[in-house]
Amino acid sequence: MGRKLLLEHINVPGINTLEVYRQKGGYAAVEKALKTLTPDEVVEEVKKSGLRGRGGAGFPTGMKWSFLAKPEGVPRYLVCNADESEPGTFKDRYLMTYIPHLLIEGMIAASYALGANTSYIYVRGEMMPQIRILERAIAEAKNAGLLGKNIFGTGYNLELYVQPGGGAYICGEETALLESLEGKRGNPRIKPPFPAIAGLYGCPTVVNNVESIAAVVPIINEGGDEYAKIGIGRSTGTKLISASGNLKKPGVYEIELGVPVEEFIYSDEYCGGIANGKRLKAVVAGGSSVPILPANLILKTINNEARLMSYESLSDGGFATGSMMGSGGFIAFDEDQCIVRNTWNFSRFYHHESCGQCSPCREGTGWMEKVLHRLEYGHGKMSDMDLLVDVSKKIEGNTICPLGDAAAWPVASAIRHFRDEFEWHVTNAAEATSRNYGLANYADPLPKVEKAEA
Amino acid sequence: MKVTIDGITVDVEPGTSILNAARQIGGDIVPPAMCYYSKLEGSGGKCRTCLVKVSKGSEKDPRPMPKLVASCRTTVMDGMEVQNITSPEVIEARKGVVEMLLINHPLDCPVCDQAGECHLQDLGYEHGAAKTRYEFDRRTFEKIDIGDKIQLHMTRCILCYRCVFTADQITNTRLHGILNRGDHSEISTYIQKAVDNDFSGNVIDVCPVGALTDKTFRFKNRVWFTKPVEAHRDCDKCCGKVTLWYKGEDVIRVTGRKDVYGEVEEFICNTCRFDKKKTADWTIEGPRKVSHKSVISANHYETMKPLPVVKTNPLLQEANKEQFERETRL
Repeated sequence: MGRKLLLEHINVPGINTLEVYRQKGGYAAVEKALKTLTPDEVVEEVKKSGLRGRGGAGFPTGMKWSFLAKPEGVPRYLVCNADESEPGTFKDRYLMTYIPHLLIEGMIAASYALGANTSYIYVRGEMMPQIRILERAIAEAKNAGLLGKNIFGTGYNLELYVQPGGGAYICGEETALLESLEGKRGNPRIKPPFPAIAGLYGCPTVVNNVESIAAVVPIINEGGDEYAKIGIGRSTGTKLISASGNLKKPGVYEIELGVPVEEFIYSDEYCGGIANGKRLKAVVAGGSSVPILPANLILKTINNEARLMSYESLSDGGFATGSMMGSGGFIAFDEDQCIVRNTWNFSRFYHHESCGQCSPCREGTGWMEKVLHRLEYGHGKMSDMDLLVDVSKKIEGNTICPLGDAAAWPVASAIRHFRDEFEWHVTNAAEATSRNYGLANYADPLPKVEKAEA
Repeated sequence: MKVTIDGITVDVEPGTSILNAARQIGGDIVPPAMCYYSKLEGSGGKCRTCLVKVSKGSEKDPRPMPKLVASCRTTVMDGMEVQNITSPEVIEARKGVVEMLLINHPLDCPVCDQAGECHLQDLGYEHGAAKTRYEFDRRTFEKIDIGDKIQLHMTRCILCYRCVFTADQITNTRLHGILNRGDHSEISTYIQKAVDNDFSGNVIDVCPVGALTDKTFRFKNRVWFTKPVEAHRDCDKCCGKVTLWYKGEDVIRVTGRKDVYGEVEEFICNTCRFDKKKTADWTIEGPRKVSHKSVISANHYETMKPLPVVKTNPLLQEANKEQFERETRL
């Protein structure tokens, strides 16, 4: 059994209430931090832990905190990025729904470390249940003196607010999030300056993912060195993985980084194998924006060693043979799934979500989607694959924010690894358009409706 | 601090952008800019035509930057080395940007008022392909009437945001902006309002393409048949320094004076632009000096004067081959 740090008490009845959360040792980390550690010592513990950002980029959290400018007389802000909208990723909302006080405790500890007296949790607008849950938990914490003025009698003050977002994927990008939080259109800012220098309202700001902030709690409880012992290499600690697709047991799992991918897919502790006794065809390992890998490359690295669930192992060999840990959105495809349709679906999403500020992303995402649509619907050409690869290259790395890369990588990797399937769509257009893409086992809801009416 | 662009070193003030450092050198090594406008705060970084490769970050940290950067929004570091026209990667990326920009910009130059003064036309000529690979429907719009002076052709707009920045920063009322997102974005007035204030005409000058046109000039002439003349008048609203565009004896258009990069030197008011169309209204200063790049300069091209370093560096000679050939031809 892998060690659980974030979801240890997830099954305890009432863990979403302050009372039960404190019975299980909740808010001990904040008390320890505020009473026994200086803010710099908290930052040092996070640095020692080797925690890497859990939102997708994997940048060392402690290092990010240490970049924060500390000018005199200027407020500093901590913003929690709870916009979670990467297709295939649903771990943050799970954490917020079932154990909201863990996030709030992490927010207090992190805010103290950064010297922030006002912090925000920016939640995607559609996630209204989670917003309500967080608001209730904040009210509970405030009534108990854990938020507001003079927390634990230490003289430290913190106001914590929940802010619903506009419901655009791009608002998960940290600078677009800050724009949105300031009440403006959620367009990414051009960097530099980075938020650590000029973030929310032009003040030094740190933006961290929900899981990264929640992980601060066990880091303070156990110490950074102990936390760093979990995991493998530079991938330390535990990670929440949202597993979906054709798996026997999809869901949110907390793994110790370094678990073999094969074990994660096939062991009963995690996903239990591929549903309906099918074979694994491909995996998107870190949310829809990362390159897709065929079964052979997701199970073995370029050196023919077992691939592990870690930042380094998943990116092994670059994008030709590897992928990324990303946000931990693990999507498995069985042998019946159509990669062309899936790629078109992803591409459709990125086209829809492009903010439209910079030319390659604005025009290129739509172009790719239209070519993929034509391939999917039996009007494609053999030259379309080269065209798609070229257009994706023209977008990748040339845009203001990483949405361009996110749109380009799935398309380029799908063609790299599944070109045969794309070509089959061109040569067998009629057959390709008549397939039902694995929906055969799902009951058609229409007869039930008719029956009910009768 | 020193920065080297395509092998040419220049001393610049701290905080200068790569683009402006290149502009201090001049010539072909200056990256093109469709959305950056030095007079508009916060502009730039969007069109991605000015992407360059930073092959050496600085003296302190000589590592190259991992991606191409927007030269208009990246400040120089001491000892930085930048490649513009000497980097095949940059040229390839720029070709890609031009192709993307031309997806939703019609090649209707024969009927466009901006023809001959269009930055995208120049960019397309320098980096564009003979044929597009885009085979789908282009987006089209009805022409939007945004007042009695300005016509908006949204079909031609490349969403550079310059006019939005102008409206924000130069005029005292902002009546238009960006609606929608992604490739559905469009410049529009909110609920079809008119753009009407003393400085609204400047949005026409900053538009790099023919999306915003002057209703008092539209379809009256082709720009290369006109004669630009510098003039000024005492104006209580603006500097009063303009360029008059003559057709025969008649002033058919008035614009702000533009520099070599197509940016107006000072913004002018609507009275000067739209209401003063008689020679008697102005004090004439003399003919306007026209850039060799402009079609208006037909028959009086400036002679190319390459910097000594260009003459001695084979790499730069190759990069400036086209200019050298043009000089020989002339």
